[in-house]
Amino acid sequence: MSSNGLVIEAENMVKRFGRFVANDNLTFSVSKGEIFGFLGANGAGKTTAIRILCGLSRPTSGKIRVAGYDVYTETEKIKRRIGYMSQRFSLYEDLTVIENFRFFGGIYGLKRAVIMERAQNMLSRLGIKHFENTVISELPLGIRQKLAFSVSILHTPELVFLDEPTGGVDPITRRQFWEMIHEAAASGITVFVTTHYMDEAEYCNRVSIMVDGKIEALDTPEKLKTKYQAQNMNEVFLKLARKTN
Amino acid sequence: MRTIFYIVQKEFIQVFRNRMMVLIIFLMPVIQLLILSFAVTYEIKEIRLYITDNDNSVSSRSLLRQFKSSPFYRITGEGNNAAEGMENIRKGKVHQMICILPGFEENLVNGAPARVQVINDAINGSAAALMNAYTVSIIGNYNAGIIAETAPEAQPAVKINWLYWFNPELDYKTYMIPGILVLLVTIIGMFLAGMNVVREKEIGTIEQINVTPIKKYQFIAGKLIPFWIIALFDLAAGLLMARLFFDIPILGNIPLIFLVASVYLIVVMGLGLFISTITNTQQQSMFMAWFFLVIFILMSGLFTPVESMPQWAKNINVINPIAYFIRMIRMIMLKGSDFPDIVNPLIYLTFYGITILSLAVWRYRKTT
Repeated sequence: MSSNGLVIEAENMVKRFGRFVANDNLTFSVSKGEIFGFLGANGAGKTTAIRILCGLSRPTSGKIRVAGYDVYTETEKIKRRIGYMSQRFSLYEDLTVIENFRFFGGIYGLKRAVIMERAQNMLSRLGIKHFENTVISELPLGIRQKLAFSVSILHTPELVFLDEPTGGVDPITRRQFWEMIHEAAASGITVFVTTHYMDEAEYCNRVSIMVDGKIEALDTPEKLKTKYQAQNMNEVFLKLARKTN
Repeated sequence: MRTIFYIVQKEFIQVFRNRMMVLIIFLMPVIQLLILSFAVTYEIKEIRLYITDNDNSVSSRSLLRQFKSSPFYRITGEGNNAAEGMENIRKGKVHQMICILPGFEENLVNGAPARVQVINDAINGSAAALMNAYTVSIIGNYNAGIIAETAPEAQPAVKINWLYWFNPELDYKTYMIPGILVLLVTIIGMFLAGMNVVREKEIGTIEQINVTPIKKYQFIAGKLIPFWIIALFDLAAGLLMARLFFDIPILGNIPLIFLVASVYLIVVMGLGLFISTITNTQQQSMFMAWFFLVIFILMSGLFTPVESMPQWAKNINVINPIAYFIRMIRMIMLKGSDFPDIVNPLIYLTFYGITILSLAVWRYRKTT
């Protein structure tokens, strides 16, 4: 992590696909331990930005540092320090719960004993120890998502990216999921999360709202609601999204 | 090293949990060997023959008896009307017609040339050539018998003796099975590893791997090793079957076969993995792999000898790994060739393997 306490620093981040500008001059920063909500309509450019920050996609231009490292030249150092839960399902469906933990822990270079200890811990906290040897494809979506999140922080990263982690998940499970996110944040992991559920946005320390590749607003949910004279984040979002349509 | 181990472990679990894959891996060598070695053959067992005998003499009947008693011929029609025989050939009912013209015996007795006409259905050229050769040799024997009877003192000026080395009985299976074993490991090698990578792309799990600090070579090695072991296992099963069920001689050193196969597999799997890095779907990668595979197989010398191919084809074969392996495995199995005999192509394959695998590692992108 860099000395200024910032885990993500993006300055004029641009990503073009041909003539289409997916990320148009994004400038923002995320501090250590923060829960940062990254909101926006479908196609606003959220996933593109996350993929750049994770080192999966090369930006067109801009100055970007993640965990104190440059995204152009030090992607491998970044990858050691971050976790990523992709929008698409990211566990191996034909492996059991414990086999998934073992595999991902293994390629992060964790010792077998450490993997097993942490996995057992996480499973008992989730109350699903009995699913240890169940193949992922046989588990309900809510549990899979919780497991995917657990696997993405198994190696205790400084920062974890969650790309729509609660998509298609029932309200109770969503609430539990956010409890997990808060626990992770309390243990010092910075959380960078995208979502379409505006009630979830209220749980974030700060949120940014992207519209058509640009960041239109960035502040705490309280300040945004005051600024846009809205009852809740849903109204804020609608007001911003309507502005362009 | 530990990272590679974790990938290999995961791949083995996934392969053995997938019933279809297990069937493919374990049943494929058996079925391929059985079907290809029994069905694919150049030998002609049953030539359907039409006989037109317009002479109807002791001599003509004695010649025709040779065909009737031969296990290779089945007489499907007999008569004295050549047109009827030709009609049968046109309809595809018979393969060959032998036509003995009137005056056959008379000419023989008078010492004049007696004429026999052989007509072949030559749609399949190589089969027609073989049938013709069988028939001509039977007529030749008959001819020699007559010469021996009428002029025992006359000896042919040149007497030919021949031996077929390395496959004395000209058994087609002996020739084919080493080549089929090569195909077997090739298909496993070329497809399984590469398709596996593309599958991870399709499902999206590859993103989860690309976001880890894994090294590119670790990923490629982790995908290579499991299928390399499986392919070598299949080769062992194939060799065992060849030995037990087909009595194929294995004159050379078995560890040497495995050494060559190990190196060869790196080449084809490297090709498969390279294809996987430049394609995004299993369909694309399958088509591209087939494209190379079909060309390589047809030009490899499996079915037709490389020696009779035109020069440009021989030049292409320089980059055909299958051609190298087929040549080497036949040399080792049938001729008992030893390490020094195959060291040159082996060194070449080694460089080939290193090159193609490096290309695959280089082309594999964690960041796009």
